[in-house]
Amino acid sequence: MPLTTEEVRRVALLARMELPEEELASQAQHLNTLLQHVEILQKLNVEGVEPTSHPLPPVNTLRNDEKRPSLAREEALANAPEARDGCFAVPRIVEDNAS
Amino acid sequence: MNSLYQLTASQAANLLKNRKISARELTESTLARMDAVEPALKAFLTTTPELALQLADQIDRRRAAGETLPPLAGIPVALKDNLCTRGVRTTAGSRILEGFVPPSNATVVERLLQQGAVITGKTNLDEFAMGSSTENSAFHPTANPWDLQRVPGGSSGGSAAAVAACCAPLALGSDTGGSIRQPASYCGVVGMKPTYGRVSRSGLIAYASSLDQIGPFARTVEDCALLLQAIAGHDPLDSTSSEAPVPDYAAACAHPDVKGMRIGIPEEYFAQGVTPDVDRLVRAAASEYERLGAVVEPCRLPSSEYALAAYYVIAPAECSSNLARFDGVKYGFRTANVAGHIGLTEQTRGEGFGPEVKQRIMIGVYALSAGYYDAYYRRAQQVRTLICREFEEAFHKFDLLLTPTAPAVAFTMGENSDPFQMKLADVCTIPVNMAGLPGISLCCGFSNGMPVGMQLIGRPFEEALLLRAAAAYETAAGPASMPPL
Repeated sequence: MPLTTEEVRRVALLARMELPEEELASQAQHLNTLLQHVEILQKLNVEGVEPTSHPLPPVNTLRNDEKRPSLAREEALANAPEARDGCFAVPRIVEDNAS
Repeated sequence: MNSLYQLTASQAANLLKNRKISARELTESTLARMDAVEPALKAFLTTTPELALQLADQIDRRRAAGETLPPLAGIPVALKDNLCTRGVRTTAGSRILEGFVPPSNATVVERLLQQGAVITGKTNLDEFAMGSSTENSAFHPTANPWDLQRVPGGSSGGSAAAVAACCAPLALGSDTGGSIRQPASYCGVVGMKPTYGRVSRSGLIAYASSLDQIGPFARTVEDCALLLQAIAGHDPLDSTSSEAPVPDYAAACAHPDVKGMRIGIPEEYFAQGVTPDVDRLVRAAASEYERLGAVVEPCRLPSSEYALAAYYVIAPAECSSNLARFDGVKYGFRTANVAGHIGLTEQTRGEGFGPEVKQRIMIGVYALSAGYYDAYYRRAQQVRTLICREFEEAFHKFDLLLTPTAPAVAFTMGENSDPFQMKLADVCTIPVNMAGLPGISLCCGFSNGMPVGMQLIGRPFEEALLLRAAAAYETAAGPASMPPL
Protein backbone atom coordinates (compact mmCIF):
# COMPACT_ATOMS: atom_id res chain seq x y z
CA MET A 1 0.00 0.00 0.00
CA PRO A 2 1.66 3.26 -1.06
CA LEU A 3 2.64 5.80 1.57
CA THR A 4 0.58 8.95 1.75
CA THR A 5 2.01 12.45 2.00
CA GLU A 6 0.79 12.47 5.60
CA GLU A 7 2.85 9.39 6.47
CA VAL A 8 5.87 10.88 4.75
CA ARG A 9 5.42 14.03 6.82
CA ARG A 10 5.66 11.83 9.92
CA VAL A 11 8.88 10.19 8.65
CA ALA A 12 10.35 13.65 8.00
CA LEU A 13 9.47 14.61 11.55
CA LEU A 14 11.22 11.50 12.90
CA ALA A 15 14.23 12.36 10.70
CA ARG A 16 14.19 15.96 12.04
CA MET A 17 14.15 17.35 8.50
CA GLU A 18 11.98 20.27 7.48
CA LEU A 19 10.65 19.50 3.98
CA PRO A 20 8.56 21.99 2.04
CA GLU A 21 5.18 20.74 0.69
CA GLU A 22 6.42 20.10 -2.86
CA GLU A 23 9.38 18.13 -1.53
CA LEU A 24 7.07 15.98 0.61
CA ALA A 25 5.26 14.85 -2.54
CA SER A 26 8.47 13.95 -4.38
CA GLN A 27 9.81 12.16 -1.30
CA ALA A 28 6.58 10.14 -1.10
CA GLN A 29 6.94 9.14 -4.73
CA HIS A 30 10.58 8.19 -4.25
CA LEU A 31 9.90 6.18 -1.10
CA ASN A 32 7.09 4.30 -2.81
CA THR A 33 9.24 3.45 -5.85
CA LEU A 34 12.02 2.19 -3.64
CA LEU A 35 9.69 0.15 -1.46
CA GLN A 36 8.43 -1.52 -4.65
CA HIS A 37 11.99 -2.43 -5.61
CA VAL A 38 12.79 -3.92 -2.21
CA GLU A 39 9.54 -5.91 -2.29
CA ILE A 40 11.54 -8.78 -3.89
CA LEU A 41 13.09 -9.45 -0.48
CA GLN A 42 9.72 -10.91 0.53
CA LYS A 43 10.21 -13.68 -2.06
CA LEU A 44 13.08 -15.32 -0.20
CA ASN A 45 12.42 -17.80 2.58
CA VAL A 46 14.32 -16.48 5.58
CA GLU A 47 12.57 -18.48 8.28
CA GLY A 48 15.00 -19.34 11.05
CA VAL A 49 17.84 -17.36 9.41
CA GLU A 50 19.81 -15.25 11.87
CA PRO A 51 20.17 -11.59 10.82
CA THR A 52 23.68 -10.30 10.01
CA SER A 53 24.35 -6.85 11.39
CA HIS A 54 28.08 -6.88 10.86
CA PRO A 55 30.26 -8.86 8.43
CA LEU A 56 32.92 -9.90 10.96
CA PRO A 57 32.28 -12.38 13.76
CA PRO A 58 31.05 -10.32 16.72
CA VAL A 59 33.72 -9.44 19.25
CA ASN A 60 33.31 -7.28 22.26
CA THR A 61 36.18 -4.84 22.02
CA LEU A 62 37.28 -3.17 25.21
CA ARG A 63 39.99 -0.64 25.84
CA ASN A 64 41.86 0.12 29.00
CA ASP A 65 40.17 2.71 31.16
CA GLU A 66 43.01 5.19 30.93
CA LYS A 67 43.21 8.91 30.44
CA ARG A 68 44.40 9.98 27.02
CA PRO A 69 44.77 13.31 25.28
CA SER A 70 41.60 14.86 23.94
CA LEU A 71 40.74 18.00 22.00
CA ALA A 72 41.27 21.29 23.74
CA ARG A 73 38.00 23.15 24.36
CA GLU A 74 38.86 25.91 21.84
CA GLU A 75 39.55 23.26 19.18
CA ALA A 76 36.30 21.47 19.88
CA LEU A 77 34.39 24.72 19.59
CA ALA A 78 36.31 26.11 16.62
CA ASN A 79 33.83 24.70 14.07
CA ALA A 80 30.67 25.61 15.95
CA PRO A 81 28.28 27.95 14.10
CA GLU A 82 27.86 29.72 17.44
CA ALA A 83 29.79 29.39 20.69
CA ARG A 84 29.54 31.42 23.87
CA ASP A 85 31.37 31.23 27.21
CA GLY A 86 33.22 28.08 26.19
CA CYS A 87 30.02 26.26 25.21
CA PHE A 88 28.07 25.44 22.07
CA ALA A 89 25.28 28.02 21.79
CA VAL A 90 21.76 27.00 20.76
CA PRO A 91 18.42 28.81 20.86
CA ARG A 92 16.71 28.89 24.24
CA ILE A 93 15.25 25.48 25.12
CA VAL A 94 13.68 26.15 28.53
CA GLU A 95 11.09 28.92 28.74
CA ASP A 96 11.90 31.77 31.04
CA ASN A 97 9.87 30.89 34.13
CA ALA A 98 10.09 34.14 36.04
CA SER A 99 8.14 33.69 39.24
CA MET B 1 61.64 10.07 -20.26
CA ASN B 2 58.01 10.60 -19.34
CA SER B 3 57.06 13.75 -17.49
CA LEU B 4 57.46 13.25 -13.77
CA TYR B 5 53.71 13.39 -13.13
CA GLN B 6 53.25 10.32 -15.33
CA LEU B 7 55.50 8.15 -13.17
CA THR B 8 53.92 5.42 -11.10
CA ALA B 9 54.49 5.72 -7.36
CA SER B 10 56.91 2.77 -7.43
CA GLN B 11 58.95 4.29 -10.28
CA ALA B 12 59.01 7.66 -8.54
CA ALA B 13 59.99 6.06 -5.22
CA ASN B 14 63.04 4.48 -6.88
CA LEU B 15 64.13 7.72 -8.49
CA LEU B 16 63.64 9.58 -5.21
CA LYS B 17 65.61 7.00 -3.27
CA ASN B 18 68.50 7.19 -5.74
CA ARG B 19 68.33 11.00 -5.70
CA LYS B 20 67.64 11.15 -9.44
CA ILE B 21 64.73 13.45 -8.71
CA SER B 22 63.63 15.49 -5.70
CA ALA B 23 60.27 15.36 -3.98
CA ARG B 24 59.86 19.05 -4.84
CA GLU B 25 60.38 18.39 -8.58
CA LEU B 26 57.89 15.52 -8.50
CA THR B 27 55.36 17.56 -6.55
CA GLU B 28 55.75 20.62 -8.78
CA SER B 29 55.21 18.48 -11.86
CA THR B 30 52.09 16.92 -10.31
CA LEU B 31 50.71 20.33 -9.26
CA ALA B 32 51.33 21.72 -12.76
CA ARG B 33 49.46 18.76 -14.23
CA MET B 34 46.57 19.47 -11.87
CA ASP B 35 46.52 23.12 -12.95
CA ALA B 36 46.47 22.07 -16.59
CA VAL B 37 43.62 19.55 -16.45
CA GLU B 38 41.50 20.62 -13.48
CA PRO B 39 39.45 23.23 -15.36
CA ALA B 40 38.08 20.42 -17.54
CA LEU B 41 38.22 17.55 -15.04
CA LYS B 42 37.13 19.10 -11.71
CA ALA B 43 38.36 16.11 -9.74
CA PHE B 44 39.22 18.15 -6.65
CA LEU B 45 37.17 20.11 -4.13
CA THR B 46 40.26 21.52 -2.44
CA THR B 47 43.86 21.57 -3.61
CA THR B 48 46.68 22.04 -1.14
CA PRO B 49 49.69 23.20 -3.18
CA GLU B 50 51.39 25.04 -0.31
CA LEU B 51 51.03 22.13 2.08
CA ALA B 52 52.24 19.76 -0.64
CA LEU B 53 55.41 21.74 -1.36
CA GLN B 54 56.09 22.13 2.34
CA LEU B 55 55.79 18.35 2.85
CA ALA B 56 57.95 17.69 -0.22
CA ASP B 57 60.68 20.04 1.02
CA GLN B 58 60.69 18.30 4.40
CA ILE B 59 61.26 14.98 2.67
CA ASP B 60 64.06 16.40 0.53
CA ARG B 61 65.76 17.81 3.62
CA ARG B 62 65.48 14.52 5.50
CA ARG B 63 66.82 12.56 2.57
CA ALA B 64 69.69 15.02 2.13
CA ALA B 65 70.50 14.48 5.82
CA GLY B 66 70.99 10.79 5.06
CA GLU B 67 67.76 9.43 6.54
CA THR B 68 66.37 6.20 5.15
CA LEU B 69 62.74 6.94 4.33
CA PRO B 70 59.66 4.78 3.70
CA PRO B 71 58.74 4.10 0.05
CA LEU B 72 55.88 6.62 0.12
CA ALA B 73 58.15 9.50 1.20
CA GLY B 74 57.77 12.31 -1.31
CA ILE B 75 54.97 10.63 -3.30
CA PRO B 76 51.88 12.77 -4.05
CA VAL B 77 48.60 11.32 -2.76
CA ALA B 78 45.08 12.70 -3.21
CA LEU B 79 42.40 12.07 -0.56
CA LYS B 80 38.66 11.66 -0.93
CA ASP B 81 37.03 14.59 0.80
CA ASN B 82 35.25 12.44 3.38
CA LEU B 83 38.59 11.76 5.10
CA CYS B 84 39.33 14.25 7.84
CA THR B 85 42.49 16.32 7.40
CA ARG B 86 43.67 18.53 10.23
CA GLY B 87 43.60 22.17 9.17
CA VAL B 88 42.31 21.39 5.66
CA ARG B 89 38.61 21.86 5.01
CA THR B 90 36.66 18.62 4.67
CA THR B 91 33.17 18.73 3.16
CA ALA B 92 32.12 15.14 2.30
CA GLY B 93 30.67 16.83 -0.80
CA SER B 94 27.92 18.40 1.30
CA ARG B 95 26.77 21.96 2.00
CA ILE B 96 26.01 20.91 5.54
CA LEU B 97 29.73 20.60 6.21
CA GLU B 98 30.64 23.84 4.48
CA GLY B 99 33.42 25.57 6.35
CA PHE B 100 34.30 22.52 8.44
CA VAL B 101 38.02 22.31 9.24
CA PRO B 102 38.75 19.09 11.15
CA PRO B 103 40.74 19.40 14.36
CA SER B 104 42.40 16.01 13.74
CA ASN B 105 43.48 13.66 10.97
CA ALA B 106 41.82 10.41 9.99
CA THR B 107 44.08 7.52 10.99
CA VAL B 108 44.84 6.74 7.32
CA VAL B 109 45.90 10.36 6.77
CA GLU B 110 48.07 10.27 9.88
CA ARG B 111 49.75 7.09 8.61
CA LEU B 112 50.38 8.59 5.18
CA LEU B 113 51.92 11.69 6.70
CA GLN B 114 54.11 9.61 9.00
CA GLN B 115 55.37 7.80 5.93
CA GLY B 116 56.18 11.05 4.19
CA ALA B 117 53.37 11.11 1.62
CA VAL B 118 52.69 14.50 0.01
CA ILE B 119 49.02 15.44 0.30
CA THR B 120 48.00 17.33 -2.84
CA GLY B 121 44.28 17.82 -2.26
CA LYS B 122 40.81 16.57 -1.43
CA THR B 123 38.83 14.91 -4.18
CA ASN B 124 35.22 15.26 -5.20
CA LEU B 125 32.54 12.72 -4.26
CA ASP B 126 28.82 12.19 -4.23
CA GLU B 127 27.45 13.91 -1.13
CA PHE B 128 28.35 11.76 1.91
CA ALA B 129 29.53 9.07 -0.56
CA MET B 130 25.94 8.40 -1.62
CA GLY B 131 25.85 7.87 -5.35
CA SER B 132 27.48 6.18 -8.32
CA SER B 133 28.46 9.08 -10.57
CA THR B 134 29.83 11.97 -8.44
CA GLU B 135 26.96 14.02 -9.91
CA ASN B 136 25.45 14.20 -6.40
CA SER B 137 28.30 16.38 -5.15
CA ALA B 138 26.85 19.60 -3.72
CA PHE B 139 29.65 21.54 -5.40
CA HIS B 140 30.16 20.34 -9.00
CA PRO B 141 30.31 17.15 -11.05
CA THR B 142 33.63 15.57 -12.09
CA ALA B 143 34.38 14.50 -15.65
CA ASN B 144 35.73 11.15 -16.83
CA PRO B 145 39.26 11.65 -18.24
CA TRP B 146 38.48 9.22 -21.10
CA ASP B 147 35.48 11.25 -22.24
CA LEU B 148 34.68 14.54 -20.57
CA GLN B 149 30.96 14.14 -21.33
CA ARG B 150 30.80 11.04 -19.16
CA VAL B 151 30.77 10.50 -15.41
CA PRO B 152 33.83 9.09 -13.62
CA GLY B 153 31.63 6.80 -11.52
CA GLY B 154 31.18 7.25 -7.82
CA SER B 155 31.11 7.92 -5.14
CA SER B 156 34.95 8.22 -5.17
CA GLY B 157 34.82 9.70 -8.69
CA GLY B 158 37.27 12.50 -7.94
CA SER B 159 39.95 10.11 -6.68
CA ALA B 160 39.50 7.77 -9.68
CA ALA B 161 39.58 10.62 -12.20
CA ALA B 162 42.60 12.25 -10.53
CA VAL B 163 44.64 9.03 -10.69
CA ALA B 164 43.56 8.23 -14.26
CA ALA B 165 44.48 11.74 -15.42
CA CYS B 166 47.88 11.61 -13.63
CA CYS B 167 46.96 14.39 -11.18
CA ALA B 168 48.35 12.00 -8.56
CA PRO B 169 49.84 8.51 -8.82
CA LEU B 170 47.85 7.44 -5.76
CA ALA B 171 44.58 8.33 -4.07
CA LEU B 172 42.40 7.08 -1.27
CA GLY B 173 38.68 6.47 -1.56
CA SER B 174 35.96 4.81 0.46
CA ASP B 175 33.70 1.98 -0.65
CA THR B 176 30.29 1.19 0.86
CA GLY B 177 28.63 -0.52 -2.10
CA GLY B 178 31.27 -0.18 -4.84
CA SER B 179 32.41 3.42 -4.44
CA ILE B 180 36.08 2.56 -5.08
CA ARG B 181 35.79 -0.33 -7.54
CA GLN B 182 33.07 1.08 -9.80
CA PRO B 183 34.83 4.45 -10.45
CA ALA B 184 38.14 2.55 -10.86
CA SER B 185 36.40 0.51 -13.54
CA TYR B 186 34.89 3.58 -15.25
CA CYS B 187 38.24 5.41 -15.26
CA GLY B 188 40.49 2.46 -16.17
CA VAL B 189 42.56 2.39 -12.98
CA VAL B 190 43.15 -0.12 -10.18
CA GLY B 191 40.93 0.24 -7.12
CA MET B 192 40.61 -1.99 -4.09
CA LYS B 193 38.10 -2.35 -1.31
CA PRO B 194 39.97 -4.19 1.44
CA THR B 195 38.33 -6.62 3.85
CA TYR B 196 36.00 -5.01 6.38
CA GLY B 197 38.31 -4.27 9.32
CA ARG B 198 41.59 -4.29 7.36
CA VAL B 199 41.90 -0.48 7.38
CA SER B 200 40.98 1.86 10.24
CA ARG B 201 38.00 4.10 9.58
CA SER B 202 38.69 6.54 12.38
CA GLY B 203 38.22 9.97 10.81
CA LEU B 204 36.23 8.72 7.82
CA ILE B 205 32.92 10.58 7.75
CA ALA B 206 30.60 7.61 8.22
CA TYR B 207 27.90 6.59 5.74
CA ALA B 208 26.93 2.97 6.55
CA SER B 209 29.16 1.63 9.27
CA SER B 210 28.71 -2.11 8.68
CA LEU B 211 29.72 -1.64 5.02
CA ASP B 212 32.18 1.30 4.77
CA GLN B 213 35.83 0.61 4.09
CA ILE B 214 38.74 2.84 2.98
CA GLY B 215 40.95 1.68 0.13
CA PRO B 216 43.53 2.62 -2.51
CA PHE B 217 43.43 3.83 -6.12
CA ALA B 218 46.50 3.50 -8.35
CA ARG B 219 47.47 3.06 -11.98
CA THR B 220 49.23 -0.27 -11.34
CA VAL B 221 48.65 -3.24 -9.06
CA GLU B 222 52.11 -2.75 -7.55
CA ASP B 223 51.20 0.84 -6.56
CA CYS B 224 47.88 -0.33 -5.17
CA ALA B 225 49.79 -2.77 -2.94
CA LEU B 226 52.15 0.01 -1.85
CA LEU B 227 49.31 2.25 -0.70
CA LEU B 228 47.39 -0.58 0.97
CA GLN B 229 50.54 -1.50 2.90
CA ALA B 230 50.75 2.05 4.21
CA ILE B 231 47.21 2.16 5.58
CA ALA B 232 46.41 -1.44 6.66
CA GLY B 233 46.48 -2.64 10.25
CA HIS B 234 44.86 -2.35 13.63
CA ASP B 235 44.03 1.01 15.15
CA PRO B 236 42.91 1.45 18.75
CA LEU B 237 40.72 4.34 17.59
CA ASP B 238 38.55 2.00 15.45
CA SER B 239 37.17 -0.93 17.43
CA THR B 240 36.14 -2.67 14.18
CA SER B 241 39.70 -2.65 12.83
CA SER B 242 41.26 -6.10 12.85
CA GLU B 243 44.32 -7.24 14.74
CA ALA B 244 45.13 -9.78 12.01
CA PRO B 245 48.77 -9.39 10.94
CA VAL B 246 49.40 -7.36 7.77
CA PRO B 247 51.30 -9.38 5.16
CA ASP B 248 53.90 -8.03 2.72
CA TYR B 249 51.73 -6.94 -0.22
CA ALA B 250 54.65 -5.89 -2.41
CA ALA B 251 56.03 -9.43 -2.16
CA ALA B 252 52.65 -10.76 -3.30
CA CYS B 253 52.86 -8.69 -6.48
CA ALA B 254 56.50 -9.55 -7.08
CA HIS B 255 55.57 -13.17 -7.86
CA PRO B 256 52.51 -12.84 -10.02
CA ASP B 257 51.76 -16.51 -10.46
CA VAL B 258 48.29 -18.04 -10.67
CA LYS B 259 49.22 -21.66 -11.46
CA GLY B 260 46.74 -23.98 -9.79
CA MET B 261 44.67 -21.09 -8.44
CA ARG B 262 40.95 -21.93 -8.52
CA ILE B 263 38.84 -19.11 -9.94
CA GLY B 264 35.03 -19.22 -9.87
CA ILE B 265 32.84 -17.36 -12.36
CA PRO B 266 29.46 -16.65 -10.69
CA GLU B 267 26.98 -16.67 -13.56
CA GLU B 268 24.50 -14.36 -11.81
CA TYR B 269 27.02 -11.52 -12.17
CA PHE B 270 26.84 -11.77 -15.95
CA ALA B 271 23.06 -11.22 -16.03
CA GLN B 272 21.39 -8.03 -14.72
CA GLY B 273 22.08 -5.68 -17.62
CA VAL B 274 25.69 -6.68 -18.35
CA THR B 275 26.49 -5.39 -21.85
CA PRO B 276 27.83 -7.80 -24.52
CA ASP B 277 31.23 -6.04 -24.54
CA VAL B 278 31.64 -6.26 -20.77
CA ASP B 279 30.58 -9.92 -20.84
CA ARG B 280 33.05 -10.71 -23.63
CA LEU B 281 36.01 -8.84 -22.07
CA VAL B 282 35.58 -10.30 -18.58
CA ARG B 283 35.23 -13.82 -20.01
CA ALA B 284 38.35 -13.17 -22.10
CA ALA B 285 40.15 -12.29 -18.86
CA ALA B 286 38.93 -15.60 -17.41
CA SER B 287 40.43 -17.41 -20.44
CA GLU B 288 43.66 -15.50 -19.91
CA TYR B 289 43.79 -16.79 -16.33
CA GLU B 290 43.24 -20.31 -17.66
CA ARG B 291 46.11 -19.84 -20.09
CA LEU B 292 48.27 -18.67 -17.15
CA GLY B 293 47.56 -21.94 -15.32
CA ALA B 294 44.54 -21.17 -13.16
CA VAL B 295 41.57 -23.53 -12.95
CA VAL B 296 38.50 -21.56 -14.03
CA GLU B 297 34.99 -22.90 -13.48
CA PRO B 298 31.46 -21.49 -13.36
CA CYS B 299 29.67 -21.27 -10.01
CA ARG B 300 26.38 -19.98 -8.59
CA LEU B 301 25.62 -17.24 -6.05
CA PRO B 302 21.82 -16.97 -6.42
CA SER B 303 21.19 -14.76 -3.37
CA SER B 304 23.49 -12.08 -4.79
CA GLU B 305 20.58 -10.98 -6.99
CA TYR B 306 18.83 -9.81 -3.81
CA ALA B 307 21.86 -7.88 -2.54
CA LEU B 308 20.89 -4.59 -4.19
CA ALA B 309 17.44 -4.60 -2.58
CA ALA B 310 18.86 -5.54 0.83
CA TYR B 311 21.53 -2.84 0.47
CA TYR B 312 18.88 -0.19 -0.15
CA VAL B 313 17.38 -0.99 3.22
CA ILE B 314 20.55 -1.57 5.28
CA ALA B 315 22.70 1.33 4.02
CA PRO B 316 19.98 3.99 4.41
CA ALA B 317 19.09 2.61 7.86
CA GLU B 318 22.68 3.02 9.00
CA CYS B 319 23.05 6.40 7.30
CA SER B 320 19.93 7.76 8.99
CA SER B 321 21.61 7.06 12.29
CA ASN B 322 25.11 8.26 11.29
CA LEU B 323 23.85 11.51 9.81
CA ALA B 324 21.84 12.39 12.91
CA ARG B 325 24.96 14.23 14.11
CA PHE B 326 24.49 17.01 11.56
CA ASP B 327 22.26 19.30 13.57
CA GLY B 328 23.74 22.76 13.09
CA VAL B 329 25.21 22.88 16.59
CA LYS B 330 28.71 21.42 16.65
CA TYR B 331 30.08 22.10 13.16
CA GLY B 332 29.21 23.07 9.63
CA PHE B 333 26.19 24.85 8.26
CA ARG B 334 23.45 26.37 10.45
CA THR B 335 20.26 27.81 9.02
CA ALA B 336 19.75 31.54 9.26
CA ASN B 337 16.10 30.77 9.88
CA VAL B 338 16.23 29.87 13.57
CA ALA B 339 12.98 29.20 15.42
CA GLY B 340 13.63 27.33 18.62
CA HIS B 341 15.96 24.40 19.16
CA ILE B 342 14.03 21.66 17.31
CA GLY B 343 13.27 24.11 14.51
CA LEU B 344 16.96 24.89 14.23
CA THR B 345 17.78 21.22 13.69
CA GLU B 346 14.93 20.64 11.25
CA GLN B 347 15.65 23.74 9.18
CA THR B 348 19.41 23.16 9.14
CA ARG B 349 18.98 19.58 7.91
CA GLY B 350 16.25 20.48 5.43
CA GLU B 351 18.42 23.19 3.88
CA GLY B 352 21.83 21.57 4.32
CA PHE B 353 21.35 18.08 2.85
CA GLY B 354 21.01 17.45 -0.88
CA PRO B 355 18.11 15.48 -2.42
CA GLU B 356 19.81 12.05 -2.59
CA VAL B 357 20.97 12.25 1.03
CA LYS B 358 17.50 13.28 2.19
CA GLN B 359 15.97 10.37 0.32
CA ARG B 360 18.31 7.89 1.94
CA ILE B 361 17.72 9.31 5.41
CA MET B 362 13.97 9.09 4.82
CA ILE B 363 14.16 5.45 3.67
CA GLY B 364 16.34 4.58 6.64
CA VAL B 365 14.14 6.27 9.19
CA TYR B 366 11.08 4.61 7.68
CA ALA B 367 12.67 1.14 7.60
CA LEU B 368 13.68 1.47 11.25
CA SER B 369 10.41 2.93 12.49
CA ALA B 370 8.01 1.01 14.71
CA GLY B 371 5.88 -1.45 12.75
CA TYR B 372 8.21 -1.66 9.72
CA TYR B 373 11.45 -2.83 11.32
CA ASP B 374 10.79 -6.58 10.88
CA ALA B 375 9.42 -6.29 7.35
CA TYR B 376 12.34 -4.26 6.04
CA TYR B 377 15.42 -3.94 8.21
CA ARG B 378 15.39 -7.36 9.88
CA ARG B 379 14.50 -9.13 6.65
CA ALA B 380 17.29 -7.33 4.77
CA GLN B 381 19.75 -8.45 7.44
CA GLN B 382 18.51 -12.04 7.09
CA VAL B 383 19.03 -11.85 3.33
CA ARG B 384 22.49 -10.54 4.12
CA THR B 385 23.15 -13.77 6.03
CA LEU B 386 22.16 -15.82 2.97
CA ILE B 387 24.53 -13.79 0.78
CA CYS B 388 27.39 -14.28 3.26
CA ARG B 389 26.75 -18.04 3.46
CA GLU B 390 26.85 -18.45 -0.31
CA PHE B 391 30.18 -16.68 -0.54
CA GLU B 392 31.54 -18.86 2.25
CA GLU B 393 30.46 -21.97 0.39
CA ALA B 394 31.93 -20.74 -2.89
CA PHE B 395 35.25 -20.16 -1.15
CA HIS B 396 35.39 -23.82 -0.08
CA LYS B 397 35.82 -24.62 -3.73
CA PHE B 398 37.48 -21.49 -5.13
CA ASP B 399 40.35 -19.21 -4.14
CA LEU B 400 38.95 -16.23 -6.02
CA LEU B 401 35.83 -15.16 -7.87
CA LEU B 402 35.93 -13.18 -11.11
CA THR B 403 33.07 -10.90 -12.21
CA PRO B 404 32.53 -7.66 -14.10
CA THR B 405 33.02 -4.65 -11.81
CA ALA B 406 30.04 -2.86 -13.33
CA PRO B 407 27.51 -4.03 -15.93
CA ALA B 408 28.44 -1.29 -18.42
CA VAL B 409 31.02 1.42 -19.14
CA ALA B 410 30.71 4.96 -17.75
CA PHE B 411 27.45 6.64 -18.73
CA THR B 412 26.93 10.17 -20.00
CA MET B 413 26.36 12.93 -17.43
CA GLY B 414 22.69 13.46 -16.72
CA GLU B 415 21.73 10.25 -18.53
CA ASN B 416 20.67 8.21 -15.50
CA SER B 417 17.85 10.23 -14.08
CA ASP B 418 16.02 7.20 -12.66
CA PRO B 419 17.78 6.69 -9.33
CA PHE B 420 17.20 2.96 -9.24
CA GLN B 421 18.65 2.54 -12.76
CA MET B 422 21.71 4.38 -11.51
CA LYS B 423 21.94 2.05 -8.54
CA LEU B 424 22.17 -0.92 -10.92
CA ALA B 425 25.72 0.27 -11.67
CA ASP B 426 26.64 -1.20 -8.27
CA VAL B 427 24.92 -4.55 -8.68
CA CYS B 428 28.21 -6.51 -9.00
CA THR B 429 30.01 -4.73 -6.16
CA ILE B 430 27.36 -4.46 -3.43
CA PRO B 431 27.30 -8.18 -2.47
CA VAL B 432 31.04 -7.94 -1.66
CA ASN B 433 30.40 -5.19 0.92
CA MET B 434 27.48 -7.14 2.35
CA ALA B 435 29.86 -10.04 3.09
CA GLY B 436 32.78 -7.79 4.13
CA LEU B 437 35.10 -9.39 1.55
CA PRO B 438 38.06 -7.82 -0.25
CA GLY B 439 37.57 -6.92 -3.92
CA ILE B 440 39.79 -5.33 -6.54
CA SER B 441 38.91 -3.81 -9.90
CA LEU B 442 41.34 -3.56 -12.79
CA CYS B 443 41.02 -2.70 -16.44
CA CYS B 444 40.49 -5.67 -18.77
CA GLY B 445 39.86 -3.86 -22.06
CA PHE B 446 37.86 -1.14 -23.79
CA SER B 447 34.39 -0.80 -25.22
CA ASN B 448 34.02 2.10 -27.69
CA GLY B 449 37.06 3.79 -26.20
CA MET B 450 35.84 3.50 -22.60
CA PRO B 451 37.60 1.28 -20.05
CA VAL B 452 35.96 -1.92 -18.78
CA GLY B 453 36.82 -3.26 -15.33
CA MET B 454 36.87 -6.76 -13.95
CA GLN B 455 36.47 -7.53 -10.28
CA LEU B 456 38.35 -10.18 -8.32
CA ILE B 457 36.79 -11.16 -4.98
CA GLY B 458 38.68 -13.03 -2.26
CA ARG B 459 38.30 -14.56 1.18
CA PRO B 460 38.50 -12.23 4.18
CA PHE B 461 42.03 -10.84 4.69
CA GLU B 462 43.36 -12.44 1.49
CA GLU B 463 44.22 -9.13 -0.16
CA ALA B 464 47.67 -10.56 -0.97
CA LEU B 465 46.13 -13.28 -3.12
CA LEU B 466 43.94 -10.73 -4.92
CA LEU B 467 46.96 -8.55 -5.62
CA ARG B 468 48.96 -11.55 -6.86
CA ALA B 469 46.22 -12.58 -9.27
CA ALA B 470 45.65 -8.99 -10.40
CA ALA B 471 49.40 -8.53 -10.99
CA ALA B 472 49.49 -11.75 -13.01
CA TYR B 473 46.80 -10.45 -15.35
CA GLU B 474 48.41 -7.03 -15.59
CA THR B 475 51.80 -8.55 -16.45
CA ALA B 476 50.24 -10.69 -19.17
CA ALA B 477 48.07 -7.88 -20.57
CA GLY B 478 50.85 -5.29 -20.64
CA PRO B 479 50.83 -1.74 -19.27
CA ALA B 480 47.50 0.07 -19.05
CA SER B 481 46.89 2.81 -21.58
CA MET B 482 46.52 6.44 -20.56
CA PRO B 483 43.47 8.61 -21.24
CA PRO B 484 43.83 11.17 -24.05
CA LEU B 485 43.41 14.14 -21.69
